Order: sequence, then C-alpha cells, then structure tokens
Amino acid sequence: MRVVLAEDSVLLREGLVRLLERGGFEVAAAVGDAGTLLRAVEEQMPDVVVTDVRMPPGHTDEGLRAALVIRRQWPKVGVLVLSQYVEEHYAADLLSTEAGGVGYLLKDRVADVADFLDGLRRVAGGGTVLDPEVVAQLLVRHRSDPLDRLTPREMEVLALMAEGRSNSGIAAALVVSESAVAKHINSIFAKLDLAAADSDHRRVLAVLRFLKV
Amino acid sequence: MTWPYEVLRAPWSARTWRATSHLVIGGLVAIVAAGTILALCAAVLTTAISIVVIPVGLFALLPCVRWFTAVQRSRFEAFLDVRIPPVPAYEGRTALHRLFAEARAPRTRRQIGFHLLSLLLETGGAGVTVLVWSAGFVLTTSFVYGEGLPAAFGVQPLPERSVHGWPLTGTNALTAMTVLGVALLYVAPWVARGLAGLDAAAAEALLGPNRAEELTHQVETLSESRAAVLAAADAERRRIERDLHDGLQQRLVSLAMNLGMTRSMFPDLPAPALAAIAEHHEEAKQALTELRDFVRGLHPAVLNDRGLDAALTGIAARSPLPVRLRVELPERPAPAVEAVAYFVVSEALANAAKHAKATAAEVTADHDGEKIHLVIRDDGVGGAHPDGGTGLRGLAQRVASVDGTLHIDSPPGGPTQIIVELPCASS
Repeated sequence: MRVVLAEDSVLLREGLVRLLERGGFEVAAAVGDAGTLLRAVEEQMPDVVVTDVRMPPGHTDEGLRAALVIRRQWPKVGVLVLSQYVEEHYAADLLSTEAGGVGYLLKDRVADVADFLDGLRRVAGGGTVLDPEVVAQLLVRHRSDPLDRLTPREMEVLALMAEGRSNSGIAAALVVSESAVAKHINSIFAKLDLAAADSDHRRVLAVLRFLKV
Repeated sequence: MTWPYEVLRAPWSARTWRATSHLVIGGLVAIVAAGTILALCAAVLTTAISIVVIPVGLFALLPCVRWFTAVQRSRFEAFLDVRIPPVPAYEGRTALHRLFAEARAPRTRRQIGFHLLSLLLETGGAGVTVLVWSAGFVLTTSFVYGEGLPAAFGVQPLPERSVHGWPLTGTNALTAMTVLGVALLYVAPWVARGLAGLDAAAAEALLGPNRAEELTHQVETLSESRAAVLAAADAERRRIERDLHDGLQQRLVSLAMNLGMTRSMFPDLPAPALAAIAEHHEEAKQALTELRDFVRGLHPAVLNDRGLDAALTGIAARSPLPVRLRVELPERPAPAVEAVAYFVVSEALANAAKHAKATAAEVTADHDGEKIHLVIRDDGVGGAHPDGGTGLRGLAQRVASVDGTLHIDSPPGGPTQIIVELPCASS
C-alpha cells in the first residue's frame, strides 16, 4: 500500500516514515506543508494519506483543509488526520461526505504502533477510524434521550462502533464473543431507531449521524 | 541657620522676582480671562430666549475656559513650578454630547470660579505687590528727590509738610522715610510670595482635580494596568504551551513511537529484554499523557483556536464522571474571561470526581445579555468550602481578577452547585 505523509516536525516525520515502512507501507512522499501535500497526492495517487492538522505557514488548520480537498477531489484516497487535540467539529467536517476511508486520531496514538498501523490499514481499505476522545466528546454532546435508553454496556459498544472498529475488533476490546457484540448492536440500533446498516462504514456513519456530527 | 541670610537676600532672590512677575502677569491675564468669561456669560444669559443660543454660547464659552485654564496652568508651572494635572477629555458619542458633559462637570464650574476669583487674587494681588514695591523704592530713594534730583528733572520737590501735617523735608523726615522704604523693600518679597502662594493654592484647588476625580483617574489607570498584566500572563502561558508542543511533545511522541517500533522489531529477544522494552514503552506513553495533561492545564490550545464550547466539551469528555453539558454563548468572550471559565469548570469537575464522590455532573454556560452565567452542579456529598484546600479559593481569586463573582452552594450531604458570573469583555 502506498502512502503520502505530511508532517512539519522533521523528527516526527522521519520516525513516521520508518514506522510506516516497517508496517509494510511504501512511503511515496513525505512532505512538510499543505501545498506540497496536494501536489504530491496528485502526482503519486497513493492509497492513503497521513497528515497533521497544523502545518506551515499559518499553523492553524492547513492540514485539515488539505485533507478535505483530497476527500472531495480524490475520494478513493483514504485520509488519516493526526492532531494535537481532537475536536468534534473537525471530525464532522471530515465525515461530511459519504465516501469512506477517513480517520481522525490524536497524535499520541502513533505510540501504539500496532493499533496505529491497524487503523491506517482500515482507512486505506475504506473504513473509518475515530479517536476515542472524539467519540467521548460526541457522547457528551448528546447525553440525553434516547441515548439514556442504552445500558452502560451498549454505550461502550456504541463508542467502539463510532471509533470505526469492526465487530471482531469490538469483541476483542470488550473481551466478549462476537455474537454478544452483534446482539448489542441490534439492540442499539433498535433503541435509537436506526435502520440496520450493511457495511462497517455505513454503520459508523449511521451512528455518527445519529450523534448529529 | 540659613534663615537670616534668606531674609537678607529676599529682595534680590529669584523666588521673589518669579513670584512678583507671576502676580503682575497674572493680573493682566486675569483681567482678560475674567472679562471674556463674564462677557460671554452675560451675552448667553441675556439672549437665552431660544434654546439654540445655549449650545452656541457653550461652544464659545467652554473652549475659552479651557484655553484660559491651559494658559494659567503653564504660567503656574513656568513661574512657580507648580504643576496642576490637566483636565481629561470628556466622553461622549458626538461633539454635542461631549460639550454637555463638559458643561455639567463640576470641574468646569470650578475653573470658571477660579478665573473670576483670579480677578481678585491676581489683579488685586498684583496691585498690592506693585504698590508695596513702589512705595519701598520711592521711600528708599526719598533723599534723592527729596533734595536735589527733582530740580534736575524739572519735577517739583517735596513740600515742606504733607497734607496730614507730617514733616516731609528735613533730614529727620527723610531718614524716617528711607528707613520705612527699606523696611517695605524687605516686606515686599514676603507679600509677593505670600500672595503668589495663595494664588497657587486657589489654582490647585479650583483648576486641578478634586479628590473624587483623582480617585476616578487612579481607578482607570489601575484597571488598564491590571488588564495589561492579565493579558501578559495569558500570552506567556500560550507561548509556553506552544514551545512545549513544538519541542518537547514532538520529541516524546517520537520516543514513544520508536520504543513501540523497537518492541515489535525484535520479537526473538529473551523475555527479560522484551519485558524491559515493553516497560519503557509504557513509561514513555505515560510521560506523553502527563505532558499533554499538563499543557492542557496550562493553556489548552483548543480554547484559543475554537473557544469555550469546544474546550468545555473536551473537559467533559475526559472527566471520569458522566457530564451533561450545555453551552449557549452567542459570541466568544474576551480571552482572559474564557481562560477563567475554562479553569473554573476544569477544577470544579476535578473536585467533584476527587472529593465529592459524585456520580454525575452538569455544566451550563449561557449569556443573559450582559454577563456570562456558568453553573457546575454535581450530585456528590457537598461540603465544599473555599478554605477546604480544594483550590476553590484560588478559583475565587481568578474569577475576581476579571471582575466576576463566584458563589458556592454546597450544604453537607450535597448536592454542590458552583455559580459563576463573568463579564463578557475584560475591563
């Protein structure tokens, strides 16, 4: 899988390149600002892009805006955004199109190498990855009926679903069987009046739309 | 023991001459000032049949008052080294508003009072001083014209006796007059200085600010400097946050990432080595988390970039308690106020989790047009008190530093409610 990386800190950029290469990705380009990123994506047409939110020259949200451009122009290219802090509005912007292959993680998560690479492969394959903190923020926003109808366990499953994990991923995280997870999901969808979704990504979208992202 | 020399020197000393010139010139200025002001007042009053005349009259009168005050102030400073604080500008949306504000102000009335009084103090004082000096000179030199000099100038010599029958010629009389003249010359400096001092006192009292105005001015200056200090403190914290992010945080992320990679790179190492690497990896991640929490406590970047709504959502999401959050602020308040609101909520929720054994909390932030209301409620055991060592006193101080109020309602047994009112803008 080919990846283009955008990160303005040289130290981190070089480390990420090593990480990605060890994880089996081919790093087609590693750039340090948003303009160069867009040019690199156009030239290289990678499978997935990893970018920081804050980049030169303004150090505000250049990376995020570039990510949105990539999503619109090349929907087949997955985008994983790394951020110093996660903020639900950024997540909303990223998830605003129906196309899959989007991720939004706290930069700290790269320290969990296996999980990070896993998430990146999910995004490259058209899935979704949301940082647990973003999901927690979304849940804070909507701490009201009918979410109150969910049991604590169902809330946990809901959060893991919103993070973009598959049934088996949820089962592993909660140390339960996959069939138990499936039952919880059915119950959640029923209580929240959501139509059952087919693909994982659609499921995430349904949940997130419910949370009014 | 310098006073005898002071007394002897007095007629020639610079102070005396400054005082005398001050009074003489002041006398002339006073005539012009009082005359103009009286004339304008009379003109306005006699023609004030229509309401239009009054503003027009004020437009003429008040600038004159201001100008004369400025002239007098500079005169006092030049001659007597007396500095009188200037009149501050009056506030008002339009020139007309400012004009009426000035007309109503007590300081304006006092100024007019001074200019009219100066006719007495300065012109009269000048007259008295000049009289005493002149009498001193004339009498001291009485020998000169008493005998020969007048003839040389074609002036009539003194008559033999004055109107009252005092002898005016003859050595005894002339000596007496000379002595009197010298005495007057030595009295004149004190007359001049005394009258000038009186004038200065009147000027300070009437042209300068009274106690209330001085205090108001001090409060304004203090408010400005406090706002500057708060802004500087916030800016410093932001700078530290940015430096930490750009430097230390990147390095720690890199370290944690590298340790993570090392962990997976050598799966065939002996178990103790793998365990050691794993342990160090976890420690690095822990350091990263602690640094991130510290930086958030210092000055969260999200507060800067996205405001209270986003920042409070972050706190609520990270809180170990379930938190119900409602933020309805139509516009972003001043940065200092935002920072205070953020820290109050952060600290209150931390207390609720740590000390109050609460199971749920609620945070609302809204706006009633003038002030921001912040309410943090938890269902814990209550008993919160500013002196309880839970950091509430520090919170109260921070709230006070932006002119807000903090109220804690926490009966033993709970629930606890912290109510904060903050202005929208910092003063």
